[in-house]
Amino acid sequence: MTKKKQGNIVWNFFASVKLALFTLFTLAATSIIGTIIPQNEMASHYVHLYGQTTARIFQILSITNMYQSWWFRALLILFSTNLTICTIERLPNIWRVVTLDNLSTSISRLQKMAIRRVFKSGVNQEQTGLAVQKIMHQAGWQADQRARDEGTLFFSQKGAWTRLGVIMVHTSILTIFVGALIGKLYGFKAGVMLPEGSSTNIVYKSSGDHSPIPLGFTLRCNAFNLSYYDTGMPKEYRSDLTVSKNGKDLLSKSIVVNDPLQFGGLTFYQSSFQAIPGQFAASLTSKSTGAKQKFFLRYPTERARLWPAEKVRFGITDIAGPNMRQKYRYKIWFSDGKGSPSTFWIDQNHPVKIERPGNNYLLLVKPRFATGLQIAKDPGVWVVYIGCIMMILGLIIIFFMSHRRIWALVSENEGESSILLCGTSNKDKVGFEKVMTSLYKGFADSQFLRGEKHE
Amino acid sequence: MNSSQLLGITIFAYLLASILYIAIFIFRAKKLGVVASLVTVAAWLIQTAGIIMRWVESYKMGYGHAPLSNMYESLVFFAWAIAIIYLWIEWKFKNRLIGAFVVPFAFISMAYASFSTEFGRTIKPLVPALQSNWLIGHVVTCFIGYASFAIACGLGFMYILKDRREQAKKENKQKSDGLIDTLPQLRLIDDAIYKTIVFGFVWLSTGIIAGAIWANTAWGTYWSWDPKETWSLITWFVYASALHARFVRGWNGRRIAWIAILGFVSVIFTYYGVNFLLSGLHSYGSA
Repeated sequence: MTKKKQGNIVWNFFASVKLALFTLFTLAATSIIGTIIPQNEMASHYVHLYGQTTARIFQILSITNMYQSWWFRALLILFSTNLTICTIERLPNIWRVVTLDNLSTSISRLQKMAIRRVFKSGVNQEQTGLAVQKIMHQAGWQADQRARDEGTLFFSQKGAWTRLGVIMVHTSILTIFVGALIGKLYGFKAGVMLPEGSSTNIVYKSSGDHSPIPLGFTLRCNAFNLSYYDTGMPKEYRSDLTVSKNGKDLLSKSIVVNDPLQFGGLTFYQSSFQAIPGQFAASLTSKSTGAKQKFFLRYPTERARLWPAEKVRFGITDIAGPNMRQKYRYKIWFSDGKGSPSTFWIDQNHPVKIERPGNNYLLLVKPRFATGLQIAKDPGVWVVYIGCIMMILGLIIIFFMSHRRIWALVSENEGESSILLCGTSNKDKVGFEKVMTSLYKGFADSQFLRGEKHE
Repeated sequence: MNSSQLLGITIFAYLLASILYIAIFIFRAKKLGVVASLVTVAAWLIQTAGIIMRWVESYKMGYGHAPLSNMYESLVFFAWAIAIIYLWIEWKFKNRLIGAFVVPFAFISMAYASFSTEFGRTIKPLVPALQSNWLIGHVVTCFIGYASFAIACGLGFMYILKDRREQAKKENKQKSDGLIDTLPQLRLIDDAIYKTIVFGFVWLSTGIIAGAIWANTAWGTYWSWDPKETWSLITWFVYASALHARFVRGWNGRRIAWIAILGFVSVIFTYYGVNFLLSGLHSYGSA
């Protein structure tokens, strides 16, 4: 026995609850550091904030990127090892209780139970047994029976499986860790800035060397729109995206912050935007033909742009602004070959009707934006979610469900039969006492037993 | 009646309820019991109406979102959750002395929400990151958790007060019954602390998970060690340790009472400290 214990010194260390409490406490305490000291800033920033020496110490201890540091990872590994071994260690005992043969429980144990009561029966042992089974059945307790030396023992239980709730919660945490690991090993985070009207088939890794990752398809940004509330607060960032392969459009979606695009195991999130300096997006509609065309104009590097189908030439010749709301005004030169060209000022994002001899046009000019997309591939995320669901269910089982057991021993002594009714619950003793009280009442009032209470 | 009037009345209704509960305790005015409960129920109903009104008003302004989007609205909901969970406990434990230690939390939260100069109280539209159905799920679950922990903290104070008194009684063999002796038995307070911690823990776990799922749909990362996330995890660790200590090592009484208080300090930091003292992704709360 002692030999076995000594041999398992490592096992026992990892199986201890003291270690679990220590690890939980250490994880909590060290986690605070990363919330106070800014993470993943430039080295010079730390020197500026804390001075040369402290910054150097931070760097050595990876405190500037502590949640990915070797020592924090070591703590997490210690935590999961402890959790695994604790769970394995306790599983056999829990399983024994779940599958226990409660009809072989020693009678002396029943007689000592805290919740118990004895009833006298006016009928013989066999009839009493039938009555017990009937009363318990009516109260929702399906009883099994076995003949014992002392009499007939009836037993019924509910929620034996709920004892596995602890295992479920511990497993759920490990499942979440496995999911996170799968994501780390087989997934990536990347980003790309995609100007309106352009396409890409590569994105760039968010961490490390920002190396390019081929998508295996083409992603195009048709348009980016941002809108504001009348208070000036941003209301929506929207990118119209199209996925294509070999020149064939496969999927189009307009994405906003909480509604990403999913394709080919990748998810594209709306993350940021940027106005491209010197470039403008114009949309021009011809009233007579109904034709509509998008253009990307440049200023000051380009004079005028041609729309051959409508024989229109137009361009930006001057810019004013921005005003207090960060909006610009553009001076437009416009010609459609009929009459002299028009020049006029228009506001950003404000459609303007251009009246020309013989035809009218509608023009809207705004900055050309590049949409900032965040790309994630995380094959582990579903494992994480399964772990999360397991955790919630497990916690509900642990805290709000209990294992309730009820025994009834029917015995005969000198021609008089009696019933010992007793029970236990591993949790919610108060609730269980109520169940037992109503069962006592069922026994006391039963016509089959014609019985009276006996203390 | 508009929402700010209703929520204004709520502050004073909770103040009145707090005074009544404290009076029941200090002056042993048991007759006031029903009045205190009725005032609390009324306060909670007025507050519920106020929250619904604010929701409706946001739609009328064209913004249309649940009133759970900033510091002010979350504090109001925090008080709301404390009141309803407290009423449930009062009904369950049939004891009104708990009110003196719990209802003031609801009043403080409402008063702070209404009189602080650190944040605004006007209805504002939602920034793009908050425009999600997860807003309701995440905020509601977290704050039911926080409210339960606030109540556990109040009960913790109650336990320690009673415990000190019992100790003094044992040592000095005092016989006269003081004010504190009227408090419920230590065993019952301990049971109530444990139950509120358990309740809060399940909600906090659900809230953290809801937040993680939301973060994944908005940013593609379910966990980024942002200060808010980290502090919610620290709080989770504190209560997880408490529950393990109780289940496995049989901790109860004084030690669990102190953990209930310590845990709530961590909750306050997660809620308030992170918003105002640290910076990070989760900055909506300080608006």
